[in-house]
Amino acid sequence: MTTLETSTTGAVVGAAGPRRSWRVVWIYGVLTAIALVVLVGFARPGVARFGLATGSDFVQLPEVVLPGLATGIVVALVAIACTVAAVLLRRRDRHQPLWLPVVFAVALVVGLLTWATTGAGQSVPLPGLLGGSLALAVPLIFGALGGVISERVGVVNVAIEGQLLAGAFTGAVVASLTRSLIVGLVAAMVAGMLVSFVLAAFAIKYLVDQVIVGVVLNVLVLGLTNFLYTLVLVPASATLNSPPQFSPIAIPVLSAIPVLGPVLFRQTVIVYLMYLGVVAVTIGLFRTKWGLRLRAVGEHPQAADTVGISVGGTRFWNVSLAGAIAGLGGAYLTLASVPSFTRDVTSGAGFIALAAVIFGQWNPVKATLAALLFGFASNLQNVLGIVGSPVPPDFLLMLPYVVTIFAVAGLVGQVRGPAAAGRPYIKG
Amino acid sequence: MKLELRGITKRFGALTANDHIDLVVTPGEIHCLLGENGAGKSTLMNVLYGLYQADEGEILLDDEVQHFSGPGDAMRAGIGMVHQHFMLVPVFTVAENVMLGHESTKAGGRLDLDAARARVREISDRFGFDVDPDARIEDLPVGVQQRVEIIKALSRNAGVLVFDEPTAVLTPQETDELIGIMKQLRDSGTAIVFITHKLREVREVADRITVIRLGQVVGEAEPTASNAELASLMVGRAVELTVDKTPARPGADALVLDDVHVYDLNGVPVVDGVSLTVRAGEILAIAGVQGNGQTELTEAIFGLQPQVTGRIVLDGEELTGRTVRQVLDAGAGFVPEDRQHDGLVPEFTIAENLMLDRADGEPFVRLGALRLKDLAAFAQERLRRFDIRAQGIGTRVGRLSGGNQQKVVLARELSRELRLFVAAQPTRGLDVGSIEFVHEQIVATRDAGVPVIVVSTELDEVVALADRIAVMYRGRVVGVVPADTPRDVLGLMMAGEAPQAVAA
Repeated sequence: MTTLETSTTGAVVGAAGPRRSWRVVWIYGVLTAIALVVLVGFARPGVARFGLATGSDFVQLPEVVLPGLATGIVVALVAIACTVAAVLLRRRDRHQPLWLPVVFAVALVVGLLTWATTGAGQSVPLPGLLGGSLALAVPLIFGALGGVISERVGVVNVAIEGQLLAGAFTGAVVASLTRSLIVGLVAAMVAGMLVSFVLAAFAIKYLVDQVIVGVVLNVLVLGLTNFLYTLVLVPASATLNSPPQFSPIAIPVLSAIPVLGPVLFRQTVIVYLMYLGVVAVTIGLFRTKWGLRLRAVGEHPQAADTVGISVGGTRFWNVSLAGAIAGLGGAYLTLASVPSFTRDVTSGAGFIALAAVIFGQWNPVKATLAALLFGFASNLQNVLGIVGSPVPPDFLLMLPYVVTIFAVAGLVGQVRGPAAAGRPYIKG
Repeated sequence: MKLELRGITKRFGALTANDHIDLVVTPGEIHCLLGENGAGKSTLMNVLYGLYQADEGEILLDDEVQHFSGPGDAMRAGIGMVHQHFMLVPVFTVAENVMLGHESTKAGGRLDLDAARARVREISDRFGFDVDPDARIEDLPVGVQQRVEIIKALSRNAGVLVFDEPTAVLTPQETDELIGIMKQLRDSGTAIVFITHKLREVREVADRITVIRLGQVVGEAEPTASNAELASLMVGRAVELTVDKTPARPGADALVLDDVHVYDLNGVPVVDGVSLTVRAGEILAIAGVQGNGQTELTEAIFGLQPQVTGRIVLDGEELTGRTVRQVLDAGAGFVPEDRQHDGLVPEFTIAENLMLDRADGEPFVRLGALRLKDLAAFAQERLRRFDIRAQGIGTRVGRLSGGNQQKVVLARELSRELRLFVAAQPTRGLDVGSIEFVHEQIVATRDAGVPVIVVSTELDEVVALADRIAVMYRGRVVGVVPADTPRDVLGLMMAGEAPQAVAA
């Protein structure tokens, strides 16, 4: 009955032409209005200074000095232009291209940064700010990739946090014991996968509510790692919790590009794996047989079953793959950022990754952008605190999330997740 | 390809869904499998398609015994299925749906969409389907979606094609086109199994007919057999195919709908300016293909739709914007479309279900406490009067057959003093015996002077019950016509055409 009804309503809607709501346009308008008030209305006298260079750049760029008010006005104008573009596109019933929100977000971020650091004591080290953001975003991106795969195949993956944490713990311990980073990395993937096995077994075979299994798994992994950390790792931290650390590898030429070069291309192997992962998952999902089957299972499992695709098998192995990818994100925390495991080292990154999956509309590239935004948000307060911004850092920390809430609220009803996500498949 | 089923038996616990069924389908013939809902047709086809494993018996293709452990095996062996509920991924394109499961790939596992598009075009051209390989399934009309299902089966070189209740979602004209396609496929040498319970279609298209009742083959019939013969074979006794009713004696206008619009969650109008009048003591049947706004319209009358504009007036009393409680108190009775989902609480007993609409006070509740004795007496009386076959009033409704469940709904709705009665799809999925009973009750309600609206997608039912017929298409009323309007005119109206001559 359900299939039938959706298909017929779909036909009616299709005949009436695609309907897009004005809500997204409203979000642009509201944010633009806020930008106008804050950036122009509450502009403070003085300038904001941004350092662009690091020691090994091709060209040594000078420090950029932005006058507070003027920048605010320019940013507000760009925001208004984006809003107008959104209105025009909506009028013609056209799709909003991806660059529009990206330009809009970048403009607002520049405006916010300038506004917050106007009159600050020091210049803002831009490569440092961006590099720190990327570092915080790496586990989120791995987690989000795992989340996208898992949800696209029809299993809601709330256990990303547990997969990250298991990966972080196992990676640290195994790398400490074997003194091999590669073995540690593989062990982290296996650990993430094991958490996935439990999720998959309960969700697919025993039809337990996927959200509940996920939540329970998170609590379980947290408790288990805390227990083992206190009982085993702390007393023997020299042998069990002092893994070697990945050192950054600079990619020739690319790493010498000003500003972005050192941020993107003076990184550890795990980050390069992440770049590959985003590209591979994107191409895989939308261009290959693997992706087509995976998405079919997540959208309409019965249709997949009736053309001879094993729904249970497809779900099981792809959820496992998702766990392995998330495990890599965990390994980044303990083998690249800081070479040791600490209690609850992920501190909720898995849940932020889950938000990135939804905010990114179950699309690997968009989810990555969302994760980068969240990483930037977390890093902002650190940097502004160091620079000595006159704006209370807690207030700044809040802003990106407010933006996110607005954006997600605007997307509700606009985006559609995989139709069968969260629903167990029963044959017949 | 020749298909032979030998002694197929399938049991679910104590229930034997298929009991030693034999069936032979030869290439170039359309073999109809006729039977009521629940007779075991779908189970048999699921066994054939590898979704279920038979407990006994074997499947032979071209005289070779087959062992299917899943639909993939059945498909590879040359069996194609056009499912009642389409097995298409709505967000995929036609080409993606057709290639799913046997994708051709280029280097690196990348999908070869060009090859899939070419395949769709080739098959589409061969049968004159006119299907765009790049269209998204959810944007296509139902009839075209069905063609995609056929293309999907043919793209795997199916030698045996099974159509499972394919006409349930089609307009009469689309049904005619489908029948044309089936004949074309037959002539090209495909063996076709056509599952249905609609007698008219069987006689039009079948080369051979096998009738199934209660899991057993009860006989074969010639396409020349009369409707009455087929029906009695299907039901196991002589049945009344027409509804016994006297001409209506309509009274004053009772229910008046004036420019009613209903919007869905996205603000899309699903009922688009409907104006109708129902008089006391007449049955207005609303005909139309599933999903053209009939459901939403009935729900709007009962305050079940959140966004309604326009006016709904019953005996001069405004119903628009009222709560469900207020509408029921105004004397409206409602048989919802989905009895298990909206009409009943399956976990509750028959007695509890019978008082659901009066759970807030007299006669079954006093001072917040249930008056179980009164309820039991009432339920016993209803059980008898509506011939509900159950162990007792304490039986859970979920355990009853569809026909008995529907009787419970009717028994409840018809136990109050009514000023309006609305029945949506009142006989969907019921056996012929129950259908007779439901129809009698609806006519009796009319004869008691109540205005009645019957929503049905089955043209037979509409014609049998209606005093006047309103046809809905895409949220609008195409026209209101007398009950004796020819079927082909009604069919055209169901497809949205309003011949000026018949629009009254």
